[in-house]
Amino acid sequence: MAKAKGAIVVDTARCKGCGVCTTACPTKVIELAAEVNGKGYHYAYMANPDACIGCSNCGIVCPDTCITVYRAKAGATA
Amino acid sequence: MSDINTIIKPENIIYKKTDVLSENELHYCPGCSHGTVHKLIAEVIEEMGIQDKTIGIAPVGCSVLAYNYLEIDWQEAAHGRAPALATAVKRLMPENYVFSYQGDGDLAAIGTAETIHACNRGENIVMVFINNGIYGMTGGQMAPTTLPGMPASTCPAGRDVSHDGAPIKISEILAQLPGTCYVTRQSVHTAANVRKTKKALKKAFENQAANKGTSLVEVVSTCSSGWKMTPTKANEWMEENMFPYYPLGDIKDE
Repeated sequence: MAKAKGAIVVDTARCKGCGVCTTACPTKVIELAAEVNGKGYHYAYMANPDACIGCSNCGIVCPDTCITVYRAKAGATA
Repeated sequence: MSDINTIIKPENIIYKKTDVLSENELHYCPGCSHGTVHKLIAEVIEEMGIQDKTIGIAPVGCSVLAYNYLEIDWQEAAHGRAPALATAVKRLMPENYVFSYQGDGDLAAIGTAETIHACNRGENIVMVFINNGIYGMTGGQMAPTTLPGMPASTCPAGRDVSHDGAPIKISEILAQLPGTCYVTRQSVHTAANVRKTKKALKKAFENQAANKGTSLVEVVSTCSSGWKMTPTKANEWMEENMFPYYPLGDIKDE
């Protein structure tokens, strides 16, 4: 079992859908949405939230700094 | 989803936008390395607690509007003249931290003289150099750093070294000058590389605090619009093509 559980919140209005976070994610949590935001970009979202380990790789590589990363110890979320 | 909502609490935040970055949305293209490097400079400034005494020198090029994104004092330089302006600001205000931020067309073409002489004088400044091998803002023309065979709008068949010369390795040139104390080449295409680049930027600012001379941090970057690739494809292309010619790592560290 994973030791930590993570979650991200994407500022979908700022996201430009570059997809750099999708390749940086080691557990393939993030995908680009079929819908677009106000700028016409397919924004990033948590397609597979259960797999998130809160490593913050996505936030670190995001050029527009639109991802906030949260992490909690397993069990603490029960 | 209820599980996720129990994680999303303020006390669980492990990564968020630093307050040194403004709320303005970056004007850069999707996936542009400029945004990542802006963020790293902002994070280093926040960690060192020097927001109120850092002065940035903005260049001409895509990052001409850099002053909109970091909540610090800025000066806007004429094209290529950022190191000269940084020299003036640092000499007049030696207690402040001064960094210049330039692309390859700015630092390695029109501003070559200012770049070389500022480094040769050992001005006590940080120079951040974004090298994406192309003129991004003006429409993807060939830059001095464009790779051999790499297409650009002014060399659609690729750079011909017999006609245009070889791409200039400006960091290697600057490392030979006695005034530079730290010359390094990094990238920001993976989380590990972003962390290394942040470390390099922090070291550069610490060098300035220690009066050691000129620190140059080159960041090998992508220009997905100029290269006509998706951002993720551009990152792969950079690994395959840019890194063999512009190898990452410290070139000089004294």
